[in-house]
Amino acid sequence: MTETASNPDQRPTDLARACELIAFRMGTREFCVDIMSVREIRGWTKATALPKSPSFVRGVVNLRGTVLPIVDLSARLGFPAAEPTARHVIIVAQIGAQTIGLLVDAVSDILTVTDDLVHPTPDVASDMAKTFVRGVLAVDQRMISLIALDQVLPVCEQDAA
Amino acid sequence: MDAMAAIKQTFFQECEEQLGELEIGLLVLQDGDTDPETVNAVFRAVHSIKGGAGAFNLDELVHFAHVFENVLDHLRAGRLAASGDVLKTMLRAADMLADLVRAARDGTAADTGRRDTLAAELRALDPEAAGKDLDSGHQDSHGDDLDGPVFEAVPISFDDMEIESTPDEHQFIIHFTPKPDLYAKANETALLMRELCSLGEAVITCDFSRLPVLEELDPEGSYLSWTIELRTVQDENAVRAVFEFVEWDCELDVAQVGAAQGLDDMALGALIEKMQAAVEAELAAPEVPPNDVQASMDEPLAAQAGSAGQALGNPPGGKPDAGKSSQATIRVDLDRVDRLINLVGELVINQAMLTQRMLEAGLARASGVATGLDELEQLTREIQDSVMAIRAQPVKSVFQRMPRLVREVAVMTGKSVRLTTAGENTEVDKTVIERLADPLTHMIRNAIDHGLETPELRAAAGKPEEGLVHLSALHRSGRIVIEVADDGAGIDRPRVKAIAAEKGLIAAEAPLSDEEIDNLIFLPGFSTASTVSDISGRGVGMDVVRRSIQALGGRISIRSRPRQGSTFTMSLPLTLAVLDGMVVTVAGETLVVPLTAIIETLQPKADAVHGFGGNSRVIAIRDQFIPLIDVGHELDYRSGFADPCKSVALLVESEGHVRSALLVDAILGQRQVVIKSLETNYQHVPGIAAATILGDGRVALILDVDAVVAGSRVAATGFEQLCAAG
Amino acid sequence: MSKIVLTVDDSRTMREMLMLALSNAGYRVVQAEDGMHGLEVLKDARPDVIITDINMPRMDGFGFIEGVRGDDLHRAVPILVLTTESDAMKKDRARRAGATGWIVKPFDPIKLVEAIRRVAA
Repeated sequence: MTETASNPDQRPTDLARACELIAFRMGTREFCVDIMSVREIRGWTKATALPKSPSFVRGVVNLRGTVLPIVDLSARLGFPAAEPTARHVIIVAQIGAQTIGLLVDAVSDILTVTDDLVHPTPDVASDMAKTFVRGVLAVDQRMISLIALDQVLPVCEQDAA
Repeated sequence: MDAMAAIKQTFFQECEEQLGELEIGLLVLQDGDTDPETVNAVFRAVHSIKGGAGAFNLDELVHFAHVFENVLDHLRAGRLAASGDVLKTMLRAADMLADLVRAARDGTAADTGRRDTLAAELRALDPEAAGKDLDSGHQDSHGDDLDGPVFEAVPISFDDMEIESTPDEHQFIIHFTPKPDLYAKANETALLMRELCSLGEAVITCDFSRLPVLEELDPEGSYLSWTIELRTVQDENAVRAVFEFVEWDCELDVAQVGAAQGLDDMALGALIEKMQAAVEAELAAPEVPPNDVQASMDEPLAAQAGSAGQALGNPPGGKPDAGKSSQATIRVDLDRVDRLINLVGELVINQAMLTQRMLEAGLARASGVATGLDELEQLTREIQDSVMAIRAQPVKSVFQRMPRLVREVAVMTGKSVRLTTAGENTEVDKTVIERLADPLTHMIRNAIDHGLETPELRAAAGKPEEGLVHLSALHRSGRIVIEVADDGAGIDRPRVKAIAAEKGLIAAEAPLSDEEIDNLIFLPGFSTASTVSDISGRGVGMDVVRRSIQALGGRISIRSRPRQGSTFTMSLPLTLAVLDGMVVTVAGETLVVPLTAIIETLQPKADAVHGFGGNSRVIAIRDQFIPLIDVGHELDYRSGFADPCKSVALLVESEGHVRSALLVDAILGQRQVVIKSLETNYQHVPGIAAATILGDGRVALILDVDAVVAGSRVAATGFEQLCAAG
Repeated sequence: MSKIVLTVDDSRTMREMLMLALSNAGYRVVQAEDGMHGLEVLKDARPDVIITDINMPRMDGFGFIEGVRGDDLHRAVPILVLTTESDAMKKDRARRAGATGWIVKPFDPIKLVEAIRRVAA
């Protein structure tokens, strides 16, 4: 997790409206999630496959006695599925009452931002991206998409149907 | 009002306990018990509910409890005989009372029609009754018109004396002569005088004339008498109310004087002085000097706090009841126990991991480390058993719900039923208890609805009109066995067989044994009721019961004898926290198959396996053709099929006693595993019951045998006929 | 030094209600679950007032009152009987057993305190 570093050039922010985000990479793209929903970040370990599950569900791993489902976030967003190696990381996130693991390439940054830096998802984005991306941030000429975690588990799809 | 809300919660909890006692008491009386203490306990239960309900202004509850209590009072006093009919009505009234309690608790509406009907039925039992108001006997206690305003200070200062008395002001002359009994009951004249003074202005004269000389004075005698002139806005009732507690133990005369009479300040002052002297004399009277009282009070308080704490801390139902041994108990938050159980689960897993590491490291089985690990394993098991015992509960809590169900179903079906129970103190893990109620409810409904005959049919068959349903629980080889037996007609085998054939569940000519026919009722979609009744209808049949029991790792079977009745037997694991499983590999994945499902394991031989249309295969085992289910294929672990000859077959039994052979790659061993839910963080996975963590720290899935078998059947429905015919 | 009230009632609800009303009025409360327990508690406690229910398991209120009155240490303690029945027979029996007064349930906290003041300074 050496990639994890805070941004020293941070602008002074309006504390009342500031929030911290964890940014991570998948392929060439950058995404982020609210740090408040992140419980921990750990290295990839082989998951036990779950039969008859969507392809983006990599299976379950043992997180200190908890059975943790792993979602391949890249596949979930409609990009090519990850081919996890020991360098991949799992972002353990809390979504409502459930804890899930998000498989991503690497954690890249911790950002402190204010709401006004989050722009609406551009219209050019695919429907898939619109479902999971709450907005985009422009940081140092990088575009970082803010993920809406509550949409990530497949349960939601079924419920919506 | 937080405190009151908390007490209200206590009240509803206590109501549940009392409703339980009420029902048990009534049932015992129904069994012919005539112990007055039983009647008293029943009365007390209703009485307590009424008392508490009154405090919370739960009027509906109070009214019904009051009617009920009246009848119970007659029963208690022997004015009403505890006949079968009386008790039946009372049992239904107890159910109604329970409904009213829950309605009050949940803020829902109770069935007022039923309430009124039952209240009327109860009143009809009242031997003195007829037309007595619902509230009679209660209203006098509510004669509240005296209260509240009475004790509000009425500011009349001495300066107002000259002003003519207000129109409402009265004057009383009170003569009061205490008897020795008054003092024996710890009443004090000084306090009575003080209270009189609080009503208005009082002029108190004490008559010492009868006071004997000291040597003749009986310390417990009464020698003083008092005359009080009282001016007050209160009426005579309020004045008499002051003497409420003592009116039998004194001579009291309260006379109202026509007009208010003025008192001059001087006289008043003198009288007050006199009164004070008298009061002080009275107060100094007790044998124990006040100082001693004070001194002795502090020190015993610690001890008192202890006993008070004990009284408060007793668990619900932990009252010092007769018959129950008064073992010391503590109350523990369930969360803490659950956490402990989870931690011990982790310990078990860690211990298994350690053992596996040791084997991997090549340490000899006989080495000191290995021996130590064996001991650790033993200890871990013991800790686990002990911890599980903490959460174990008697099945009583579920059994207790059944008498009511029986009554309701009896009424609905027009049958006369008597329920007996045994082994209700048999303990099982809380996780199992919670999921026991539904299958048990169905089994009992089924026993009454389908098992027992109508009273007419029973009479015709020479049986007592009242049918018997016996519910029992016991421990047998590490499992809990629950039986529901009825003395009904038994299974009508020709009819069951005909229905099964008609519904295409079996071949019409299939030669089935009696046992096989009986077990047809567990097949999905099977229902023998010719009329879809309110009870067993709604498409819920024994197949659902069976499935929910199997979901708990249990089994259910039936024994039936024509004209003598049927017995359903279900056996369940003692806990849902751990499971004995067989660890197998399938297509590189490790799976756990519950041992309870497995009958035997075998190595298929090439000549025993036969194709059966499409991808279906069967295996011949002792003259029977058993469908072969490729677990790897079924779970989509592989698209092709495994070679049976290079695999292991697990002969399993699932729904409807149907046997199947599950094909797996290899067996790794048997192990007790800690059950972890997949639903906690994910969702239900088809074919998988739950997960566990094995010695290598990886998650392994626990196979849902029934679901896998059922899933394979969707493609090949012909097996059952073949199986049955085979 | 606040006064001590011993409450004897088999109903937890009632004990808690009494506890609340009495502590709000500045009394210290000692509790017992039935008559038998009440007499046990009295081996250590020196209450200024006792409030007891009538209908209780093991030992009812009448038995308890007789027990208290037969005990030299506590015979002078005022005893108030809690009763839902306002009928004269009950009161009379409680009175003959040695009760000082009574409180009719459901009690009103103000009336409760009034009753206590009526029997204990």
